[in-house]
Amino acid sequence: MAATPPPAWGPRTLEPSAGQTVGPFFAFGLDYAKKHEVAFPHSPGAIVLGGTVYDGAGAPVPDAVVEIWGADSDGTIPRARGSRRRDDHTFTGFGRAFTDDDGRWELWTRNPGAARGKAPFFAALLFARGLPDKLHTRIYLPEDTEALAADRLLASLEPEERDTLIATRLADGGLRHDIRIQGDRETVFITF
Amino acid sequence: MTAPVPTAGAPRTAAAPETLLASEDMPPQSQITREIRDLHAATDAREAAGEPVPATLRDFAPYRSSILRHPTKNPRLVDPETIELLSPAFGQRDVARIESDLTLQHRGEPQGERITVEGRLLDSWGRPIANELVEVWQANAAGRYIHQRDQHPAPLDPHFTGAGRTVTDDQGRWKFTTIKPGPYPWKNHVNAWRPAHIHFSIFGSGFTQRIVTQMYFPGDPLFALDPIYNSIHRQRDRDALIATYDHDLTVPEFSMGYRWDIVVDGPDATWFEQDGEH
Ligand SMILES: [Fe+2]
Repeated sequence: MAATPPPAWGPRTLEPSAGQTVGPFFAFGLDYAKKHEVAFPHSPGAIVLGGTVYDGAGAPVPDAVVEIWGADSDGTIPRARGSRRRDDHTFTGFGRAFTDDDGRWELWTRNPGAARGKAPFFAALLFARGLPDKLHTRIYLPEDTEALAADRLLASLEPEERDTLIATRLADGGLRHDIRIQGDRETVFITF
Repeated sequence: MTAPVPTAGAPRTAAAPETLLASEDMPPQSQITREIRDLHAATDAREAAGEPVPATLRDFAPYRSSILRHPTKNPRLVDPETIELLSPAFGQRDVARIESDLTLQHRGEPQGERITVEGRLLDSWGRPIANELVEVWQANAAGRYIHQRDQHPAPLDPHFTGAGRTVTDDQGRWKFTTIKPGPYPWKNHVNAWRPAHIHFSIFGSGFTQRIVTQMYFPGDPLFALDPIYNSIHRQRDRDALIATYDHDLTVPEFSMGYRWDIVVDGPDATWFEQDGEH
């Protein structure tokens, strides 16, 4: 645990529940309409963020879940409800995508704005059949090289590790970001 | 089981998801049980030597599909930043009340033993977490999922889908009415059966606290045999995923009652609300 609770709270009294794999049959449990439409498609500022999830043999993972949670384009943290029942205009910051048979996931969202000059990123979570517990990572926007250079997590990494956390901007304004669970160019995952 | 050698070069063509469900070696249960026991002993030794080990082992070869699907490097410890300290906001507008009753989703009553499962969502200090989303999914009483990739030749139940959701109340409480799921076979090894379980997806008050886990039922004879349950290496952590039968929650002439509390870990927004600064 990186952060420290206020001393007045005393010690923790309960052990956290342990995570388990999402399993093979999550689709009907975690699915809902427009789960990947964090921003309404083609609305002003809406972009497609997507990529492919790969396993340790370089094979696409067709049964994974990617979740993202990000600030709005002005850097504010969305507090609006409705991520699970979209009204087609409220930006809630949260979305979920399942990989398809080619291991590909994508969401409509907005570019997160910077919080106090820091490098903007999406908080991301990965679940998959065969993955015994969740994996946290970050997906950084590629543009602000100064902020990226100053980022504490990125600065602590080797260059090839750093690259696994920075998305690629596409000509149409979208972002591409592959996630490699294991092996060659393995994505950097994080814990708190 | 050693880690596989990653292949360089172009990504492979995708295999049909159904074909990935069977393990390549299909060992007997005795081998899987031995692997589980050996890994638990090795993990105990690592912990005894002072190494911090997460509650759930992602590198857990008895669960064959984890072999190529776990990172080889330890996750980096980071200070969570603003977005990670908060969670998406959920509320009653996200979920209809009826969605927490899995027995009411069709015209008729589902087959099986009607149960209620209820509990609280708590942080590590035992404080309730209100207004967070809890999603569940499960097999029917015969151990069959409605999912199209489920090949188990047990009957589907036309009156049971097996998915529900709710939002915790101001005391962190949640409750589902459903039927007890059956154990089901899978292709991790020869004669592999999962203990009966309900899948849970939970949001805490911070994104760092989000978990997906499984709730089990007391006294299941399959516990010691199941590589997924045993990817949690400490007995006390495994025990904590087993609901308690509570006769006070059993409704006369209607349903059996189970209680299970969910505890999430990690820094959360309330630290920052209560302690100014940030
Ligand atoms: Fe399951």
